[in-house]
Amino acid sequence: MNRDGKPGHPPVQDWATDFDHRDPSWIENPFPIWDGLRGRCPVARSDRFQDGAYFPSRYAEVREIAYDSEHFSSRRVIVRENKVPLTPSPPITSDPPEHTPARKLLLPAFAPQAIARLEPRARALCRELLDAIGDAKTCDAAVDYAQHIPVRLIAHMLGVPEQDGDLFRRWIHLVLEVGISDESVIMPTLQEMAAYFAAEIKRRGTHRGDDLISFLLDAKMEGQPLSGPHLQGTLRLLLIAGIDTTWSGIGASLWHLATHAEDRRRLAANPALMPTAIEEFLRAYAPVTMAREVVKETTVGGCPFKPGGQVLLSFPAANRDPAKFADADQVLIDRAENPHAAFGLGRHRCIGSNLARLEMTVAIEEWLARFPEFRLADGAKVTWSEGTVRGPRSLPVALN
Amino acid sequence: MSSTKILRVRVESALCQGHNRCCSIAPELFEADDLGNSRVKGDGKVPPELEAKAKLAVSNCPEHAVRLAHE
Repeated sequence: MNRDGKPGHPPVQDWATDFDHRDPSWIENPFPIWDGLRGRCPVARSDRFQDGAYFPSRYAEVREIAYDSEHFSSRRVIVRENKVPLTPSPPITSDPPEHTPARKLLLPAFAPQAIARLEPRARALCRELLDAIGDAKTCDAAVDYAQHIPVRLIAHMLGVPEQDGDLFRRWIHLVLEVGISDESVIMPTLQEMAAYFAAEIKRRGTHRGDDLISFLLDAKMEGQPLSGPHLQGTLRLLLIAGIDTTWSGIGASLWHLATHAEDRRRLAANPALMPTAIEEFLRAYAPVTMAREVVKETTVGGCPFKPGGQVLLSFPAANRDPAKFADADQVLIDRAENPHAAFGLGRHRCIGSNLARLEMTVAIEEWLARFPEFRLADGAKVTWSEGTVRGPRSLPVALN
Repeated sequence: MSSTKILRVRVESALCQGHNRCCSIAPELFEADDLGNSRVKGDGKVPPELEAKAKLAVSNCPEHAVRLAHE
């Protein structure tokens, strides 16, 4: 039985023909599974998901699929046991030609110069969280620290109350984790989100603020205001995409530093290493796996892809491919050449990548400034999220 | 390689997706436009002291959009 009281998934016998990214061994430590597959079966298969699923584990095939919107549609970006009705969240679920205008209207709000203005707020909220931890001997770095940072910053950007963070995290857990196996939770959750945003839109009426909801209310796409469903879909995307993902990135970085004392000491003593360290954490512990739906029969990596099939598009697996990255299984915080795909490849490059980097950098800098000495707590049970976004959900650490 | 040749960087705008790696690695040579995509600062000439950074900007671009060539 799993935690929701439903029958668990049968254990995986053969990762090449029956993969399941919900399997406990994948959730705990997927890297040996991916390494094993790359050598013997670069595109694994599974019939556990409606219409069949494919899992390419090498960089080359992941890249080829990410670039090929003719055969691989973004209309489904999460591999699910049972497909749900399409729920467009432009631009992440958009294909050409609709994709470009839907993306372009958002880009200025997430450009480096726009995101850099958020640094003081990011730094202040990290310090508030560290102040709350105070001189405790232990804390949960995922629960007490990492999870709050993206929630509060995205709430700040959207212009909604930071205290609604618990609500946002519940919605995300239902859509991205529980909903992979139990589609009945998805529609009610999306309706709840739509009602929440409708109230926020109404509140703005004709009186706009300096926030993303106001920005989208006034935005024009090809000369026209956004339709109601487009606006709702984009708001849902902005809320869902920026929280679990960055929480996971910060959490995984802290997990690495808690379990690798030499890297922790080196980074604390030499902050100039921060940019390469953050890129390396993004490569080695890339949180986000996307999906595509096959819309036209094709062959990639010598393997046939049938229409209707779901593709688990794992940028994390691509990032661990030794054919692309030297010492791919080693985490090298001074890695100089690191063209990783943590934020995707091609037209769907994560629009929040500048925001995510800012949050990760500030979160790790502030943490190390306060707790240069920390490690996993004695007997700590670290738990990792299931499904599309991978990161520690409980990370008990001993401080000082 | 003739010493009179000029080393120059270039961004293939059709390939750039705004990962912003080149701007972070070599802010002397690259900047982001209003959409967050990269462009070369000035004429793209790479002085000798920035040659190493220019090479890193090339090798870190996930989209292979940054080019470095002698002219």
